[in-house]
Amino acid sequence: MRKETKYVSYLDYEGQYKGIFGWIFSTDHKRLGLLYLYAIALFFFVGAILGLTMRVELATPGETIMKAQAYNGVFTVHGVIMIFMVVIPGLSAVFGNFFLPLMIGAKDVAFPKLNRLTWWILIAGSILAIASQFLREGPPDTGWTFYAPYSTKTGTSVIIATTAAFVLGFASILTGLNFIVTIHRLRAPGMKFFNMPLFPWALYAASWIQLLATPVVGITLVMLIFERLFGIGFFNPDLGGDPILFQHLFWIYSHPAVYIMILPAMGVITEVIPTFCQRRIYGYKAIAISSLAIAAVGFFVWGHHMYTSGMSEQARWFFSLLTFIVAVPSAIKVFNWIATMYRGSINLQAPFLYALFFIFLFIIGGTTGLILGAVAPNVQVHDTSFVVAHFHYIIFGGMGFAFFSGLHYWFPKMYGRMYNLKAANWGAIILFIGFNLLYFPQFIIGYQGMPRRYYDYLPQFQWAQTISLIGGIILFIGFFVMVGNLVRGAKKGAIAPANPWNGTTLEWTVPSPPPVENFDEDPIIKSDPYDYK
Amino acid sequence: MFSNASNFVQGVDMAFAIIVGISLFFLITLTGTMIYFVVRYDHKKHPEARQIKDNKWMEATWITIPLILVLYMFYIGWEGFIPMRQAPKDAMQITAIGKMWKYEFQYEGNKVSDTLVIPINKAVKISLKSVDVLHGFSVPSFRIKEDMVPVKDNYTWFIPGELGDFDLFCTVYCGLNHAYMHSIVRVVPEDQFNEWVAYLPEKNADAENPGYKVMEKNGCFACHNTTGTRLVGPSFKGIYGRKIKVMTDGVARELIGDDSYVETSIYEPNKDISDGYPANIMQSYKNSINKEDMKLIQEYIKTLK
Ligand code: HEC
Ligand SMILES: [Cu+2]
Ligand SMILES: [Cu+2]
Repeated sequence: MRKETKYVSYLDYEGQYKGIFGWIFSTDHKRLGLLYLYAIALFFFVGAILGLTMRVELATPGETIMKAQAYNGVFTVHGVIMIFMVVIPGLSAVFGNFFLPLMIGAKDVAFPKLNRLTWWILIAGSILAIASQFLREGPPDTGWTFYAPYSTKTGTSVIIATTAAFVLGFASILTGLNFIVTIHRLRAPGMKFFNMPLFPWALYAASWIQLLATPVVGITLVMLIFERLFGIGFFNPDLGGDPILFQHLFWIYSHPAVYIMILPAMGVITEVIPTFCQRRIYGYKAIAISSLAIAAVGFFVWGHHMYTSGMSEQARWFFSLLTFIVAVPSAIKVFNWIATMYRGSINLQAPFLYALFFIFLFIIGGTTGLILGAVAPNVQVHDTSFVVAHFHYIIFGGMGFAFFSGLHYWFPKMYGRMYNLKAANWGAIILFIGFNLLYFPQFIIGYQGMPRRYYDYLPQFQWAQTISLIGGIILFIGFFVMVGNLVRGAKKGAIAPANPWNGTTLEWTVPSPPPVENFDEDPIIKSDPYDYK
Repeated sequence: MFSNASNFVQGVDMAFAIIVGISLFFLITLTGTMIYFVVRYDHKKHPEARQIKDNKWMEATWITIPLILVLYMFYIGWEGFIPMRQAPKDAMQITAIGKMWKYEFQYEGNKVSDTLVIPINKAVKISLKSVDVLHGFSVPSFRIKEDMVPVKDNYTWFIPGELGDFDLFCTVYCGLNHAYMHSIVRVVPEDQFNEWVAYLPEKNADAENPGYKVMEKNGCFACHNTTGTRLVGPSFKGIYGRKIKVMTDGVARELIGDDSYVETSIYEPNKDISDGYPANIMQSYKNSINKEDMKLIQEYIKTLK
């Protein structure tokens, strides 16, 4: 059911190609944003089902539903899908593509054709990753970290899985490149860097990491592939290689990768809070600059993943200190968000509710990161389920809830229709409860010593595994409530006005859904993008 | 307040408690403030938002306070850690060897055990080695953990302060039976320890056979043994001359164990799959075992009748 509009919206536009080809051959950043959304939602669903099967397996000690080899494959593929196919592209590919040009008053990204190619690369990489499941050698069983020398020795399909990650890396690099050029070259006349809204700022910082750090992991994976194919000894000590080198190279990328996903997440939250408080953001400059600070310092903390690998004392000292320093700009953002609520006029709708949950979960994820960053406590919790809980609080509680917040925030703009507001709030509440039940107990047994990546465990940890399973089931119910409501909204929801939340940034000045070329007239640039007067 | 299981419990738990305390303080005050604002400034009660200007001093305070706090937390974390790197010179030396998926502990005089037995109140320094892939050496009750990395000399040390059995876990993922790579650290009174060590057997006589060494280095004994019982893979005992049922490309056939069968089994393990065993578990050793080592292996397996 189409919404009748007086202009041609990007949804109705008929170009050279019709039907589905009008989408997959489209270079319109808005259509690509939706294509990313559908692809990533699908991958997320697959990854989440794998996650749930792990929880079912762990519900009781010993074999519950699968054998150890199958379990090792499941946690590896869960990690590869969730990291490389969901959270790293996630926010920037979906909302970055859709809203970056709109928010800076541009007609499209700088390289629309490259943008289309990037989506195809993502799909190609994803097909490879999923194929690794079904090959004769069996799913890869190395964990998403592909640690050597096990990854150089196992008989499973590591080569194809690492090739997939390599290809997916290109999608990330090209998105980063496209956004950087877009922000530098395509801002509407009159918009300076410090007149930009803060979501573009966050994307800008994240894009630099994508561009600079991703090649490192690409090369590393190629080295691993060469080692397996030709027996070149980079990492396997039997061939004269160094397994610790692999860990360094891997984390030089994979730590900054955390910021690739969390910076845009913070950016979304920074858009949602002022709108629903009807107040200008507190500390605009501090927030903008803290994004850059996180990106810059974040390059030098990777060693905190390797404290127990036998690093020198000096290295542990250095990485721990910088890990603590990088926490400060994140804290600054949290203070500014909460200060923005002060004396606002608060409308507790789903996007804002998700943002509040984000802040709460992000504080837990961040402060447990301090425990991991401190050298002595790290010895106790390293490689335990404490780490698993910590990064799920950051990645899912942080990036995931920010994604849901952004989805509910921009949904009326993307589809021109509205979802049911009450049902959306209920979805958020159920997800929040399920999430905490699922992951919080893992902190406790982690401190007691439950190692991660364990197919089986000692009976004293069972109470927590059971609560986690219940949480996982509630989380799934939450997904169905949320997705059901959104799908219904997209099909038959009430027609949405151009600016349903009374936002001030440029995307709200164009009709919903936006016209093909975004702006029919030149947008008027305000010096403060959050000017509510 | 802290357990006395090892000399590190206090340092680690103290740092942990302080960081958790600071974190909880922020979690509770920030969440409380947030909820208060949401209720107090609800748009129904407070329809007109006040636009508030940035205040430099405010910003400066909430940069400075967290900065001081994180530096403090860094410091206590570091302070709890330093003693872990300062093993006393006269500590008792034990070498722990990780191999897929068990631990072996070597005591003085080439004596080996698969549980770690140690005397109470004496410093022990454990050298950590691995013969195949990465493993972990983690004793949560003692608050110690360090990885076992092939060709790298890592170590850990501690003074046990309580009698009893403590769990030892492998914490670095190492393949199929990672979750079962578990052992016990048994802390006993000193006289009991001395008695136990005296009866500890010396290392397996086969250990000097060059073929055995090659196989040990390549981690074959994680899945195979030499005594005739089944592990993950079949035992090496009596392969030569025996009729063996295998699946070749999905077709069942029978062959007689000989040099060429052993060679194919090692270079192309998925070609002839021994009946009743899973495929794709054993990797190909084409790149790590050369022809000479292959000969040694064959000679050694021949001796296992
Ligand atoms: C990860 C476990 C694993 C490791 C490590 C491993 N194998 Fe195997 N091996 C198996 C399994 C399972 C089979 C049976 C299935 C097959 O034939 O592939 C097998 C079969 C064999 C056979 C055929 C035995 C028979 O009776 O049919 C030989 C010989 C063999 N392995 C030698 C070795 C050698 C030598 C090494 C070390 C270089 C080694 N394996 C390492 C799991 C392993
Ligand atoms: Cu990190
Ligand atoms: Cu292990």
